[in-house]
Amino acid sequence: MIELLVEHSLGFAQLQDGGRFGVRHLGITQGGALDWVAMQQANWLLGNAADAAVIEIPLGGLQLRAHAEGWLALSGADLDAKRDDQPLAPGQAFQLRHGQTLQFNRPKRGVRAYLATPGGFAADPVLGAIATVMREQLGGLHGNGRGLHNGDRLQGKASNAEPRTLPADALWYPGHEVVLDLIPGAQIAGFAGASLFAAFNQIWTLDQRADRMGMRLAGPALRYQGQALISEGIPLGAVQVPPDGQPIILMNDRQTIGGYPRLGAVTPLSLARLAQCAPGQKVRLRVVSQESARREMLNVISALQTQGASFGS
Amino acid sequence: MNLRIESAAIDSLMVRLFDEIDEANMPWLIAAAEQLRQAFGAQLIDLVPSYTTLLLHYDLHALSEADAITLIRSSLHNLQPLAADTGTLHAIPVWYHQSVGPELPAIAQRAGLSPEQVIAQHCSRDYPVFTLGFAPGFAYMGLVDEALASARLGTPRQRVPRGSVGIAERQTAIYPLTSPGGWNLIGRCPLTLFSAERGSLLQPGDRVRFVSIDHAEFIRLGGDDTAMEASA
Repeated sequence: MIELLVEHSLGFAQLQDGGRFGVRHLGITQGGALDWVAMQQANWLLGNAADAAVIEIPLGGLQLRAHAEGWLALSGADLDAKRDDQPLAPGQAFQLRHGQTLQFNRPKRGVRAYLATPGGFAADPVLGAIATVMREQLGGLHGNGRGLHNGDRLQGKASNAEPRTLPADALWYPGHEVVLDLIPGAQIAGFAGASLFAAFNQIWTLDQRADRMGMRLAGPALRYQGQALISEGIPLGAVQVPPDGQPIILMNDRQTIGGYPRLGAVTPLSLARLAQCAPGQKVRLRVVSQESARREMLNVISALQTQGASFGS
Repeated sequence: MNLRIESAAIDSLMVRLFDEIDEANMPWLIAAAEQLRQAFGAQLIDLVPSYTTLLLHYDLHALSEADAITLIRSSLHNLQPLAADTGTLHAIPVWYHQSVGPELPAIAQRAGLSPEQVIAQHCSRDYPVFTLGFAPGFAYMGLVDEALASARLGTPRQRVPRGSVGIAERQTAIYPLTSPGGWNLIGRCPLTLFSAERGSLLQPGDRVRFVSIDHAEFIRLGGDDTAMEASA
């Protein structure tokens, strides 16, 4: 059973799982791994449950040392990871021996890596989940919403792994332009015609203002001319347009209700891809139907469970 | 009530019942939430009631959107509002003071009242809890007297201390946790509004009456009187 000491952390790496559900009527957000596909792959590599608690590592800047040896698995971004100075590519299960270090340095492809261990990392669930939500001071290693800090100790919950290997093309990284599928929402008719054309025909740039709560797109200003909204529940992936006309895609740590008009909601599969995009990335919004998006989602989940790969578009 | 169901996401539907904020909507919304919880059972992932709507997040493995719409329509077919006044009435102590409520003087000035009159006005009525959102246990209450209505701060504060009592337009609320926020602050409440163990003190449909307390009582009840800077 692995035991890891956090030797160096910028404080952003954190424990995540599938998220916190059944509590949103209390004002509590969903949380959970932003790239849920990569989280499920890391768990699949060890034969874990798909949502077992993993470490989400954005951008790098994390060093861990094994105080007891055990299995680990890595998926998602290539953060120039090294095991005792030896390069370690994502997409594999591996062992870390007593005294060995594991370093995540800087993003080479993608931005969020996921580290799994057999049975998941141990922590007491808060309101049904381990998911860390810093803003709400809930979840994580100590239950108080803090990210991993120097001196933290992490333990796995099991020793035995069924190590597997991902198919060669299972890992996804953003290319020049990333397409985000969007299911249109009810207020879409309230946007000016020219704004709707711009929303789906122009290229957007991912802004610097991007975190686990939301990611802002920079581009043509969209104009909403419908009625002002009364605050209402916000679904995952909602694309809200504040008065400055620059859309914000709301992610796992979004506030539960809000009052800006929405174009619709980006699909979970596209959100997993967005989670690997750095500021400056070019993205395009594409309208899809709710029913085709659901079919694709069910296929992807089934493929992830059987072969660890999604093979989506 | 005029039921409309809108597509919201791959596994979420917006159930729209009303078009205006009105206290009279509350018994309908609470009843509808309960009916939907029962009708969906384990296939309900989350339900977010707000002023006029319920956002319903269902299990997409079990239901198609068409299935979910059918289930919503049948479960709300004969909806009856909740019997009146089933919520709890809470007396919530507040230390109203400029050092923890930096917008108290500005609100008084705009209303042509003394700070004491603003406090008396804020304490003079029961406020229903319309919905919880924004942060764990953050209860949107209203409506405050027209004279106290205040637009949100032009630049939200980076850090609003937990317990802060604020006004935005004609709504009032207490910040359960220290967080960023743009409401006009008039005082501070010493109570714990939310904890992971006990959940939220305030629930939609509850009523709140604010009670003005002095500094000594605030400290005795465990309040943190650390002063904060006024808004720019």
